[in-house]
Amino acid sequence: MEDDVLHILLTDDDADDRLFFKEAMEEIKIKTVVSFLNDGVQLMDYLNQPGVRLPNVVFLDLNMPLKNGMECLKEIRMNSRLSDLVVAIYSTSGSEKDIEDAFVHGANIYIKKPNDFSKLKSTLAQVVTRNWHYHTLGLKKENFLFSFNELNV
Amino acid sequence: MKLHFKYDINHACKVIVQESLNKLGVPHQVTGLGEISVTGTLSPEIHNELKLSIRKYGIEFIDDPKKVIAQQIKDLICNMVFKDDELPDLKISAYLSDKLNLNYGYLSKLFSEVTYSTIENFIILQRIERAKQLIIDENLTLNEVAWKLNYSSSAHLSNQFKRTTGLTPTQFQRIIHKRKSIVNTLNNI
Repeated sequence: MEDDVLHILLTDDDADDRLFFKEAMEEIKIKTVVSFLNDGVQLMDYLNQPGVRLPNVVFLDLNMPLKNGMECLKEIRMNSRLSDLVVAIYSTSGSEKDIEDAFVHGANIYIKKPNDFSKLKSTLAQVVTRNWHYHTLGLKKENFLFSFNELNV
Repeated sequence: MKLHFKYDINHACKVIVQESLNKLGVPHQVTGLGEISVTGTLSPEIHNELKLSIRKYGIEFIDDPKKVIAQQIKDLICNMVFKDDELPDLKISAYLSDKLNLNYGYLSKLFSEVTYSTIENFIILQRIERAKQLIIDENLTLNEVAWKLNYSSSAHLSNQFKRTTGLTPTQFQRIIHKRKSIVNTLNNI
């Protein structure tokens, strides 16, 4: 990975969630640069700019106005220029159906938003480390699937 | 029509780096996994040209000596987990310190410092990766995978799979199959 810095983009319409995410990322050891967008339309406009620097990981909330996370995920996976992008779904829903749907449509990681800050921090640290191992080892992208919830963090 | 491949990532990388070195006329010798010795030193121009020519394959030089050792540990573990004939008789700690000629306490501390995860965690992650591959690509049953990867039982494998990935092996398999059928429908439109 270039410069050992991970570029992360979170798209979430909830300002509190964006703030918690930013603070948790600042406290983990791996160096990251985090940017934020507020909805799916902004995200797709951003990603579709020609020559834009693509982030290493996109975190996507599922429930957003204008264009929801699932629609973004499908658009990303249909676009060959974006097909290598690592997509992490970041949602309040922990339903098995939502999790499975997200994976079936190409998500790499599913995170049920933890309700306390220390859990958020340890979850994000794990996500970032796993992502890094995948990058440095040439592991099979098709099998890059991880779901994080209260039970395995 | 679909073509299927099997490949040896280590071999591929080795050949790519060697071909680049040959093109630049640098005499060299492969001395280990991810390690090549060149005679003398490289001029900055050659060093840079080599760096650029291998970068497009996703191969990078490692400059920091600690990162070199951490990468060697990763390579040894991957090789061990992904090749059936490489399973050592020794404990993994003894195997690693024997291969790298460094004490395990030191290796373990260095690994956590560089990768932010422990060697033990990394091994589990790799074994689960291999399990995923065996389930999907080779269509093995959970029992067969457990046996092949030296798990005491399929329940033990299943537990570790769930703890590591958040999914049961059955869920994982179902997701991959559904994904493939979506891709197939899209291709047929």
